[in-house]
Amino acid sequence: MRSKCSRRCRVGEAMDFYGVALGSRLLLGTAGYPSPAILAEAVRRSGAEVVTVSLRRESGAERAGQGFWSLIRELGVRVLPNTAGCHTVGEAVTTAQMAREVFGTSWIKLEVIGNHDTLQPDVFGLVEAAGLLAADGFEVFPYTTEDLVVGERLVEAGCRVLMPWGAPIGSGRGLNNLYGLRAMRAHFPDIPLVVDAGIGLPSQAAAAMELGYDAVLLNTAVARAGDPALMAAAFGQAIEAGRQAYLAEPMPMRDMAVPSTPVLGLAFRG
Amino acid sequence: MKILVNNAAREIAGPSLADAVEQLGFGNAVVATAVDGDFVPARKRASMMLRDGHAVEVLAPMQGG
Repeated sequence: MRSKCSRRCRVGEAMDFYGVALGSRLLLGTAGYPSPAILAEAVRRSGAEVVTVSLRRESGAERAGQGFWSLIRELGVRVLPNTAGCHTVGEAVTTAQMAREVFGTSWIKLEVIGNHDTLQPDVFGLVEAAGLLAADGFEVFPYTTEDLVVGERLVEAGCRVLMPWGAPIGSGRGLNNLYGLRAMRAHFPDIPLVVDAGIGLPSQAAAAMELGYDAVLLNTAVARAGDPALMAAAFGQAIEAGRQAYLAEPMPMRDMAVPSTPVLGLAFRG
Repeated sequence: MKILVNNAAREIAGPSLADAVEQLGFGNAVVATAVDGDFVPARKRASMMLRDGHAVEVLAPMQGG
């Protein structure tokens, strides 16, 4: 048997984010579903124990956010608030502070967007905001790229989870930079890594897990599917399959064919 | 006084942020507040006095990815 790395042995157990053990390795977004009922069914079918939420301006007359919050609380899942839409450190920090009060959690999915077209993170602002929030007691889940140096700076800033993108948010392109994601896994063996954004298909989520990633965070691929609840179930199964495949240690790729059926004793051969 | 609430001009009596939240119809709603870009915790709304031109943000839970 090939030697097993210590990481495989350790994380064969429950996943751990900031001391919180989770059974499901799917983190599911709550935006863009056809209806609240379909959102609720998708969360249930996915098996996700963590859903992402956000904050937006509320109207005193409409109070649209109150019904949504009631729905999420009824689902009994843990929430990971985000700072989506923030383009500056100040916006992100203030939004995080507001989210901590509203949602009652110190977890924050930190987004500092740097480009309107790609929604690529502003990694410089991200590192700065992560440091400010970690010093203020937040447990930061930074939406970042696969850049190793940025990852190191985020860890130095206090992040104990890293969330590199697979592809631009909402693009459904899957894992754009397999080499970079693989390098990140190797570079941070002790940091939980989550592929966040860009996943379009369950097979892409499984591929992320086969790389040894600890979890996948996705939203649009489920919310915009023809049958979101069914797609949510598919993602849940694919992520579990990918995880098991990683733990099972895939065979090495070869350039040449190797017969799987034994040739010894083959008929018609001298 | 004239203030901005979520980037819309509003005229309220105030004088505190807690009063404004009530007057704007949020009552016991689950919301978070900020004034001029700075977070104001719920426990400090009563002591946060507003003045003309203040920009108040009132945010509530919303779907997110």
